[in-house]
Amino acid sequence: MSKGNQVLEEITSKEYEHGWNVNLEADEAPMGLNEGTVRFISAKKGEPEWLLEWRLKAFRLWEKMKEPTWPNVSYPAIDYQNIIYYSAPKKKATLNSLDEVDPELVKTFEKLGISITEQKRLTGVAVDAVIDSVSVATTFKEKLGELGIIFCSFSEAVKEHPELIKKYLGSVVPMNDNYFAALNSAVFSDGSFCYIPKGVRCPMELSTYFRINAANTGQFERTLIVADEGSYVSYLEGCTAPMRDENQLHAAVVELYTMKDAEIKYSTVQNWYPGDKNGKGGIYNFVTKRGLCFGDHSKISWTQVETGSAITWKYPSCVLKGDYSVGEFYSVAVTNNYQQADTGTKMIHIGKNTRSRIVSKGISAGKSQNSYRGQVHVLKRASNARNHSQCDSLLMGDQCGAHTFPYIDVENNSARIEHEATTSKIGEDQIFYCLQRGIDEEAAVALIVNGYAKEVLNQLPMEFAVEAQKLLALTLEGSVG
Amino acid sequence: MLTIKNLHAKVGEKAILNGIDLKVNAGEVHAIMGPNGSGKSTLASVLAGREDFEVTNGEVDFLGKNLLELDPEDRAREGIFMAFQYPVEIPGVSTINFMKTALNQIREYRGQQALDAVSFLQLMKEKMKLVEINQSLLSRSLNEGFSGGEKKRNEIFQMAMLEPKLAILDETDSGLDIDALRIVANGVNKLRNKNNATIVVTHYQRLLDYIVPDYVHVLYNGKIVKSGSKELALELEAKGYDWIKKEVAVA
Repeated sequence: MSKGNQVLEEITSKEYEHGWNVNLEADEAPMGLNEGTVRFISAKKGEPEWLLEWRLKAFRLWEKMKEPTWPNVSYPAIDYQNIIYYSAPKKKATLNSLDEVDPELVKTFEKLGISITEQKRLTGVAVDAVIDSVSVATTFKEKLGELGIIFCSFSEAVKEHPELIKKYLGSVVPMNDNYFAALNSAVFSDGSFCYIPKGVRCPMELSTYFRINAANTGQFERTLIVADEGSYVSYLEGCTAPMRDENQLHAAVVELYTMKDAEIKYSTVQNWYPGDKNGKGGIYNFVTKRGLCFGDHSKISWTQVETGSAITWKYPSCVLKGDYSVGEFYSVAVTNNYQQADTGTKMIHIGKNTRSRIVSKGISAGKSQNSYRGQVHVLKRASNARNHSQCDSLLMGDQCGAHTFPYIDVENNSARIEHEATTSKIGEDQIFYCLQRGIDEEAAVALIVNGYAKEVLNQLPMEFAVEAQKLLALTLEGSVG
Repeated sequence: MLTIKNLHAKVGEKAILNGIDLKVNAGEVHAIMGPNGSGKSTLASVLAGREDFEVTNGEVDFLGKNLLELDPEDRAREGIFMAFQYPVEIPGVSTINFMKTALNQIREYRGQQALDAVSFLQLMKEKMKLVEINQSLLSRSLNEGFSGGEKKRNEIFQMAMLEPKLAILDETDSGLDIDALRIVANGVNKLRNKNNATIVVTHYQRLLDYIVPDYVHVLYNGKIVKSGSKELALELEAKGYDWIKKEVAVA
């Protein structure tokens, strides 16, 4: 056995570092999904009648829909009646300070290396912590409030800002958009809401840490960010999940809405439990993320670092409706062992002089499958639309797969579309060069992979970039065989 | 410092080294010359620990350690440096970042603390001057889009940074014009001292005008068939390798 293979064996036999289980008294919905479940969730959250009706409408649509089979992934059929659709940690009352937070929760954050207190003090990041679907702690709210920025849990927003929710909920991702969006619309438990008023530049990165916690609980988050005219916000989403044997379904919906001259930068580091080295367990991450550049000169930028989940299936997209609007998608997707990823983006050019840029870096190792799937669609009235796509694949070892499915539809002759694609392998020569300089194989792989993904990692806010680099290294350690 | 005894190595089923004996002391420069395919680069690669070659017989002692038992990265950490004939490109990784990683891993192996940013920068500035290299080159992706001369100069810069005990220069003169050759050789000469040693692997005598060896060895069919002083290199230059081949055939 070569040294490379030995290292591979050692590392891939490492257990997932973030695996543990926290005992928060769960408050669960009965297992299974029917109209009663939807009503239970809505009642539990004390929602107004209109939202219950909205959910029920989505549920009825979902019942008639079929689970899509077109992605390049395979998994055993999901039994939707064998899932608990709602689970919430019990709360005594509304929390005013961190001291009131459940100590168990604080411990969880400490294990993750994200102490809220520390974050609060050192980094100035406002954290809306989501554990098992319900927001427990929200910090920095007052400071943001002074600027008129709303940053709260979705349920809170339903109570406090119903006019905004009513107006924008489903405005970017309609409830019947796809099977999983419909499911989410029916049973979403909680999530985050953010509104940046006219002309306000949000002074800090807004951040939500997601955790999936109770066994057999589907996770149905809903995020809605609205940036009013001339505003700017940078939003971070990051997650880890405890070890599970049963596969857990995660079907989130994220909607971004930018008005004239507004900009939203949305960054994700996704590190959910990928399953063990034999492909057992792991999260199914079926997410609908879409941004609408509604106003002229608006901009939406997605950056994602996807290292976790057994299956990742998501296409953060931009609908470029406003003239001169800009959409960007920067992605690093890493798969190892038996992970599968089918991810990419859609750039829909509707307005004139719209521009989009796609940079996708896939990294496949072990026996994993990694697909880029992207669509660039230029509609008839979108004159002078421009797109540049770059899709690179990096292979490690000889048992993994990398696939690229670019779709380009152009209905306007003035469009300029460029697509570049490369496939490369981490060379033994590169590794040996590093070894000869005294750099061990793990560090060499980390160095080479981070170099390869640099263009994307550079898009991340500083503190996230560091975390992402570590994650990449951790996910791929010793994968050269 | 380095003692090679009866070293045999093969790649696949093909024997390439057929019993090399060589002793290198601190402070010495040895030139390994020979016609194409004689095993020069293989010898360099085997010493550096490249996996493609299988050592079938013999011993190599480096500063009291069995070199052949060490992993390539540990050989580097013990003080062996190879300047590559074809330095590889690593996109997105700057020489600075690369050297920082290397230096700190070596220091960790030796039980030393990692260099802080200021000390590292200081060291880098000092070595940059020594080998006449621009910082702009060091900020670029390692070897990506470098000219032949820039790649070799970068190798010597790395050598200066890591301060090896034994440097192996594998065909460092290939692809260099005369000016680049002079700069590279100057760098090597400045790094020479009584505590380190250098093995220069080369096909041509040209490089040895600038890096003057104490000993010259001629490699042919995987064996050292002739050793001598620097004059041997001049003789080879004048007569070519054919007379050596004839001598071997007669013997």
